[in-house]
Amino acid sequence: MPGEIGDTLLEVTGLGKRFGGFVALDGIDLTIARGERLGLIGPNGSGKSTLVNCLCGTLHNELGTIVFDGKPLNGLIAHQRTRLGLARSFQLPKPFHSMDLVDNIRIPLLYTVNARPGHHLTAAAITERCMELLRDVGLADKARRRPRDLTQVEMRSLELARAVATQPTLLFADEAMAGLSHSEVEEILAVLMRLNEQGITIVLIEHIMSAVMSFSTRLVVLVAGHKIADGLPQEAIRNPEVERAYLGE
Amino acid sequence: MRAGTFWLIVIAVGFAFIVVSRLYLTNEYFYFAGYVVLEYIVLSTAWNILGGYTGYTNFGTGAFFATGAYSSAVLHKLPALLHTTFDWTIPPIPLPVMILVGGLISGAMGLGTGYLTLRLRGVFFAIATLALSIVVQTLIVNWDFVGGSRGIYVIRPAHAPLGSSYIQYLFTLMTVLAVAAVGIARSIEGSRLGLGLATIRDDELAAEASGVPTLRLKLIATTISGGLMGMAGAPLPYYVTYLDPTSSFNLSYAVNSVAMPVIGGMTSWIGPVLGAILLGTIQQVATVTISSALNLLIVGVLLILFVIIAPNGIVGLVRSWRRRKEV
Repeated sequence: MPGEIGDTLLEVTGLGKRFGGFVALDGIDLTIARGERLGLIGPNGSGKSTLVNCLCGTLHNELGTIVFDGKPLNGLIAHQRTRLGLARSFQLPKPFHSMDLVDNIRIPLLYTVNARPGHHLTAAAITERCMELLRDVGLADKARRRPRDLTQVEMRSLELARAVATQPTLLFADEAMAGLSHSEVEEILAVLMRLNEQGITIVLIEHIMSAVMSFSTRLVVLVAGHKIADGLPQEAIRNPEVERAYLGE
Repeated sequence: MRAGTFWLIVIAVGFAFIVVSRLYLTNEYFYFAGYVVLEYIVLSTAWNILGGYTGYTNFGTGAFFATGAYSSAVLHKLPALLHTTFDWTIPPIPLPVMILVGGLISGAMGLGTGYLTLRLRGVFFAIATLALSIVVQTLIVNWDFVGGSRGIYVIRPAHAPLGSSYIQYLFTLMTVLAVAAVGIARSIEGSRLGLGLATIRDDELAAEASGVPTLRLKLIATTISGGLMGMAGAPLPYYVTYLDPTSSFNLSYAVNSVAMPVIGGMTSWIGPVLGAILLGTIQQVATVTISSALNLLIVGVLLILFVIIAPNGIVGLVRSWRRRKEV
């Protein structure tokens, strides 16, 4: 049943990442169950994006193991992980600016969905699916426009649609709502909720607490590269260490 | 238009071009000058596959081009070498075979360059390709078998195939190469590969996140681009009949193969073709009417003008003009 929490989807053990002498992530253990909506919070520079980058293969973690859907990810480069079902949106949207929106969405369909064994969408089916995905995020009427014609919220919607086009089992939404107005945050949240109902496990990295609290079924807090809390959202934010990290002594 | 239809058209145009020139042009100089323009169509189209489609600026055209030229020089000397050392007798190697071999060697060099520079982007990649050019030139200068810095004389065969003079034969081969290069570029442009290359140009991280195997595609682009440049260089020894490092690694190849796509427009196959015809022709005319030293100056001035006035080249100008007409 969609939205239901099931078996373990992602298991991270002892993950460590250094940049020179700076320890960005230290001994991170994290388990994500199928169907979950996980909120990942932490102050700026706490390692949230680094964690996502290590999990998605954009960065290479020196320590620790990552097992996704029963398969170890260590040594796999980013596009191979995408093909396994790990998708992400970027904190700063990175659209393919020389292409129209349809082609932006066409890329993951051509290179991820069609690259999976047993899948072969025809050109016509791909175009139809692109339009469907754009419709889902309210961008259908701008399908033939370039990303530079989009507003902030539309750009983020495109970023999400492109990630969703890979047909992921796990989606990392990296600050998909930063800088958006209240109603725009609601729009993106609704999209994410709908995706979760369709069975996609979602990790939401976000600073907007109201959004995180209403969305997440579980909250993980990172501070200075360490995981300091992991549990139900209301309990996690009442954790004294979390209060200290956010509000000071 | 489908890729197959385009191939048919471009082959028909190339064929008609050869037939018409054979029928109506008797002045050998036309073939001599036309060869250079065609050569630049191949070079700039090849450059654009990596530079325009994939977004990697290559200043090492000279390296790939000269590798093709020198592989032909080696093949040219090969029968004599085999005869003196092993007493084997093989017939002279035909030029089309040399072109294929030159393409293979330069393609392999493109693959190697791509692999070694896979972490370099932007200006660093450009510098690395410039360095490649110097490395290859140094190797050639110190390789006595191909004449070193003295250069090497290459005697053309007494008879040219296809019932023509030798320069007509070279012209025909270069037309075939130009047709092939343009056909390949156009096929890439509309394909899955072409879209993948464009994602690398736009944003490599986002490309990987969308499942695009960026390294593999980049290597395909460097290989095809390098291979075509080598093929363009392979007939050079027979064109100049005296091959030396200074002229075969000439800076003008690198500058022209960058300038032509920039002036023509880098997003479409037609851009490098237009740029090569325009710049190549102007240079040939200027060489005869004014002075041969003026060549690079013309390129420089045009390049500056286009970068300022029409950064998207002739193709970009036409597109924006059409858009304005629609509005």
